[in-house]
Amino acid sequence: MAAKPVLYYFDGRGKMESVRWLLAAAGVEFEEVFLETREQYEKLLQSGVLMFQQVPMVEIDGMKLVQTRAILNYIAGKYNLYGKDLKERALIDMYVGGTDDLMGFLLSFPFLSAEDKVKQCAFVVQKATSRYFPAYEKVLKDHGQDFLVGNRLSWADIHLLEAILMLEEKKSDALSGFPLLQAFKKRISSIPTIKKFLAPGSKRKPISDDKYVETVRRVLRMYYDVKPN
Amino acid sequence: MSGKPRLTYINGRGRMESIRWLLAAAGVEFEEVFLQTREQLLKLGQDGSLLFHQLPLVEIDGMKLVQCRAILSYIAGKYNLYGKDLKERALIDMYVEGISDLMQLILMFPFSPPEAKEKKIATIAEKATERYFPVFEKVLKQHGQDFLVGNRFSWADVQLMEAILAVEEKVPSVLSGFPQLQAFKTKMSNMPTIKKFLQPGSPRKPPPDENYVATVMKIFKLD
Repeated sequence: MAAKPVLYYFDGRGKMESVRWLLAAAGVEFEEVFLETREQYEKLLQSGVLMFQQVPMVEIDGMKLVQTRAILNYIAGKYNLYGKDLKERALIDMYVGGTDDLMGFLLSFPFLSAEDKVKQCAFVVQKATSRYFPAYEKVLKDHGQDFLVGNRLSWADIHLLEAILMLEEKKSDALSGFPLLQAFKKRISSIPTIKKFLAPGSKRKPISDDKYVETVRRVLRMYYDVKPN
Repeated sequence: MSGKPRLTYINGRGRMESIRWLLAAAGVEFEEVFLQTREQLLKLGQDGSLLFHQLPLVEIDGMKLVQCRAILSYIAGKYNLYGKDLKERALIDMYVEGISDLMQLILMFPFSPPEAKEKKIATIAEKATERYFPVFEKVLKQHGQDFLVGNRFSWADVQLMEAILAVEEKVPSVLSGFPQLQAFKTKMSNMPTIKKFLQPGSPRKPPPDENYVATVMKIFKLD
């Protein structure tokens, strides 16, 4: 009987949230270990389970995987969310690269001053509406299918939905002007595993608050002076 | 029409160099288009060739691929440099991603102000010798094989080789204390495709200079 994957991270979104999304969408139950103290983190470091001394780390199938991209690639491959061949995989990688860049602009957001948050918000919304959303809108328009790649649900769709929802948290009408993305959002949100993840009581994490920022700074002793883009 | 992959970038290393390394290591000949003006970049964007209006762009097998990882993963998969199964691929991905974090410091180095450069080199040296190189030294020592993953040449080996040479350009003695990596570097240098890439006249680009930095700032309109 296979053990459930175990996720090691903070009790918050950060770089682990995309992993939670993907596992949940694949219908895979998982456990979590939340970093709360410096001592806990130092113990993990000393035990040698963090290859590059960093989290996220996911214990899965006898491996202790680090590096978010490696973790996501493995899960996508294992649960058939990575396309049917090399070319579909390339498309998925490209699309995920874009949403990763976009969501990456929001990673530092909780750590910014109130003034810088306003700047960063405007920056991310501008990037979303002028660079990223138009690209995905066009992909959907060009092939007229329900999913981004290969007429089948893949990691790219899950990642894009995550990005859309994050942007809407910053600007509720971020999708105005993108009718196909609006339909996409409804469609993907209603997939049973994803619908379950979006409902209260799931492992989805809320928007990072001051408590999260405090915990990360305390545990990592980093990110005291973060600048906007 | 040659059917060879076509790389579009600036005439310099930047984010395209890892792709040049991987294609060369795989023994794949390729063509290059070097952008010199911002107008050329904007035109490419208008053509619809650039999914996110960014470079690198690699045209290969009828696709216009952007996003470095997507390009590198495709090449690795196509030329059997990505392991034999999902688990080997996971190891390769982990190693490559770690090295990529180290390479990011080197990528950004030319764009830091002169007064910060000495400190940046110290950071590169520290990260290389305390975080990244020890991992690969240990991997090689533990299995005693020539290659990082699966006893077979893979993308991870190419990426590590590129990183070792790039760090050595900044910190010449960086491998002292890493005997396995020294042996690894020698073995990689002697592999025929890599040996060829390391010789003058290959598509390998020189370290970035002021001219390169100026071109990047102009074309990508960075402040």
